[in-house]
Amino acid sequence: MKLTDKAEEILETLWVELIEKKKEKCDVTLVKREEALYELIRGGYTRMTEDKIALSEKGTEAARQCIRRHRLAERLMVDVLDFKKGLVHETSCNFEHFLHKGIDENICTLLGHPKTCPHGRPIPEGRCCKESRKHVAKLIVPLPELEVNRSAVIAYLHTHDREALRKLIAMGALPQTEIVLLQRFPTILFQLGKSQFAVDDELASHIYVRRL
Amino acid sequence: MRESNKLIIVGSPNVGKSVLFNALSGSYATVSNYPGTTVEVLRGKAVIGAIEWDIVDTPGLYSFYPISEEERVARQILVNERSDVVIHVVDAKNLEQLVPLTLQLLEAELPTLLVLNIMDEAEKAGVRIDAAALAEQLGIPVVPAVATTGKGVAELRTAISCYAAPKATSRNLLEYPEPIEKVLDEITALLAPMQSAHISRRALGLLLLKDDAEIMEMIRHSVPEAFGRIMAVVETLWKSLPEPIEYRIAVRQKQEACRLVSLAVASETRPSGFREVLSRLMMNPLTGFPIMLCVLYLGLYKFVGEFGAGTVVNFLEGTVFEGYINPFLINIFTRIIPWAPLRGLFVGEFGMLTLGLRYAVALILPLVTFFFLVFAIIEDTGYLPRLAMLIDRTFKKIGLSGRAVIPMVLGLGCATMATMVTRTLPTKRERVIATLLLALAVPCSAQLGVILALLAGRPRAMLIWAGLVGLVFLLVGYLAARILPGRQASFYIEVPPLRMPKLSNVLMKTYTRVAWYFREVLPLFLLASALIWLGQLTGLFDLLIALLRKPVALIGLPQEAARIFLFGFFRRDYGAAGLYDLNKHGALNGIQLVVACVALTLFLPCIAQLLMNVKERGWKTGAAISVFILFFSFLVAYGVNLVLIALGVSL
Repeated sequence: MKLTDKAEEILETLWVELIEKKKEKCDVTLVKREEALYELIRGGYTRMTEDKIALSEKGTEAARQCIRRHRLAERLMVDVLDFKKGLVHETSCNFEHFLHKGIDENICTLLGHPKTCPHGRPIPEGRCCKESRKHVAKLIVPLPELEVNRSAVIAYLHTHDREALRKLIAMGALPQTEIVLLQRFPTILFQLGKSQFAVDDELASHIYVRRL
Repeated sequence: MRESNKLIIVGSPNVGKSVLFNALSGSYATVSNYPGTTVEVLRGKAVIGAIEWDIVDTPGLYSFYPISEEERVARQILVNERSDVVIHVVDAKNLEQLVPLTLQLLEAELPTLLVLNIMDEAEKAGVRIDAAALAEQLGIPVVPAVATTGKGVAELRTAISCYAAPKATSRNLLEYPEPIEKVLDEITALLAPMQSAHISRRALGLLLLKDDAEIMEMIRHSVPEAFGRIMAVVETLWKSLPEPIEYRIAVRQKQEACRLVSLAVASETRPSGFREVLSRLMMNPLTGFPIMLCVLYLGLYKFVGEFGAGTVVNFLEGTVFEGYINPFLINIFTRIIPWAPLRGLFVGEFGMLTLGLRYAVALILPLVTFFFLVFAIIEDTGYLPRLAMLIDRTFKKIGLSGRAVIPMVLGLGCATMATMVTRTLPTKRERVIATLLLALAVPCSAQLGVILALLAGRPRAMLIWAGLVGLVFLLVGYLAARILPGRQASFYIEVPPLRMPKLSNVLMKTYTRVAWYFREVLPLFLLASALIWLGQLTGLFDLLIALLRKPVALIGLPQEAARIFLFGFFRRDYGAAGLYDLNKHGALNGIQLVVACVALTLFLPCIAQLLMNVKERGWKTGAAISVFILFFSFLVAYGVNLVLIALGVSL
């Protein structure tokens, strides 16, 4: 059964209070009359004793997912949609509820598996984060960040400088081409097919490569 | 009778176009600069299959859409000249990178023939190519060759003489994404009335889409009535695409090239050999800079400086000229011209023959020859791009890029020639900075030879001179980079494999350059002698020398040095040679020698370079550079003299 938005918000508060702040129990006088609270109790997410409340195992996992979606939404607002930090909370409160299972992993991958929200609080890890750690690092990097002598394939060129783009095209630095970074200093040297080219850092930073 | 058949050779740099050109044309060839450029184009004749062919060797071309001046020239030749066969020469081991140009040539409906050159290197690198399969895929003859050994040249001759242009098919060689194809169809229809181009309308359309200014101008002229409508179609497409269209087109061409190559080529990776190891050592800063110093020390100091400027010049000047030629000439002229002042024009102290000819032949000629010989060897091995990559970071600080290493090293030979070569630098800002530094702080081989000879016995003096000139070079460059407007230079260069220089190539290049230099320089030397003679006869020079005496005395030099500075203007090396004479008579002490060498190195360029500065950079910039150098060189010399005396240095 899908939880209501209000119930999800209560779970988030409980996560912050009980898990992050490590309180024994949480006072729920504020939400006592909310229908959502009973929704959570009925669903077996929380246990109630007098005016205090605790998370069940099921509730802890659900709260973890809610908090993760919320903070990912905040990251998305700030990093991609360019919101100001102060405005983020409210908008992401509405937005997070759309990020259901699967979508949150896509967003998380898109953002490069961020560890914290814009306010510096930790984002609980998803399955995708664990998997990406097996790959050690980000999949696509600008050429200057590639390890020396590691082969890679050009994923795309990204630049607003048309002259630079034309130079790269003339060199044949195009998607699907295999590329090996040979040297980083004093000038970037790379192997492209059977030719070698030397380019400065700026030009090289327009080439994005995927490690092989 | 119809004009003879024409063969155009194209391809990227370092794939052996010139060697192939020589192999086909044999003896006769002319080198000329393409109109309005410094880019050399080789033209020759050959008899292939009992028919006479005109052969053109074009400068390096990476793609049909040109970026550099060399590429522009090569493309212009293809667009403007009728061709019966276009030979596309590629480095066989690198087909994936190079076949896109073949596709572009075919798209332009040029009668293309593909030569897979340097097959020996490809085989060594583990690349096996099925030439027949590639020929079938492309629909044109494909000839494997090793031009340096002559392998495959006979087959190429046969392929040329029985060349038949690929049959026109309704199917395009390469289909682009739908919106591009649609617009291409519209453009080719609108271009229908066009007559004059030697390349297909489809290729013209693609170039228009890539925003090619030259082609746009050409179309504006040849079909003015349709131009507006064409551009409207083009611009609509531009606006509808998220990324520049040349990116999409290039990606598509590369994709097709990879597909074709995968059908015909099998390659395995082999461990890199000694050459690759050496190449990497040259580019690793830890080993690269020592190697650079080694090359400069052995090549310039030992070979050009000590052997060229020392041994050879001494022999030519002392033994040959002063021992035999001058006495002989003086003897003859004394008999035929009894009037002493007129006789002075030819065989006097500053005579055109006894001084002008002597300097040019005995001093400058050997120096320049030795320098260009070394330069040609360095160039042929492929060392220059490695040097460029090593030095780029430093040169960025002075507003240049690694590419400027080529004019700068050439400037150590002849700064006038190097100033002309600054045209190959991509931005105006870089050209101005390079011109300034060449005029100010890069001594030419003639100067260098004489200065090295002057300071040879005094290592400390040499160190101070080199340090100061180097410092001025970096400092002025740094300041110029801060002051001049414009964007930071961008750097990219292909690093070709290291190769053993080919003797015939080296000799040919040296000969061409020395011949050019001598043609330019000899008349100037004779003219300078005549002007000096005239100046002396009329007393004008005495006046100028008197004017120069004050500043010369200020920098602590004897009065005779005033004359040297004046002469130095007529020819930078001429002044240095005058200094050499002065020193031979023991007129200078250590400090004076250093000051004089610094001042002469920095001082106004020779008249030829001054003219070149004005010609290349325009009146305003040329004049500003000259005035700056005039004051700056004296200022530095003045400061050096004061400091050295104050410190009580003995050199």
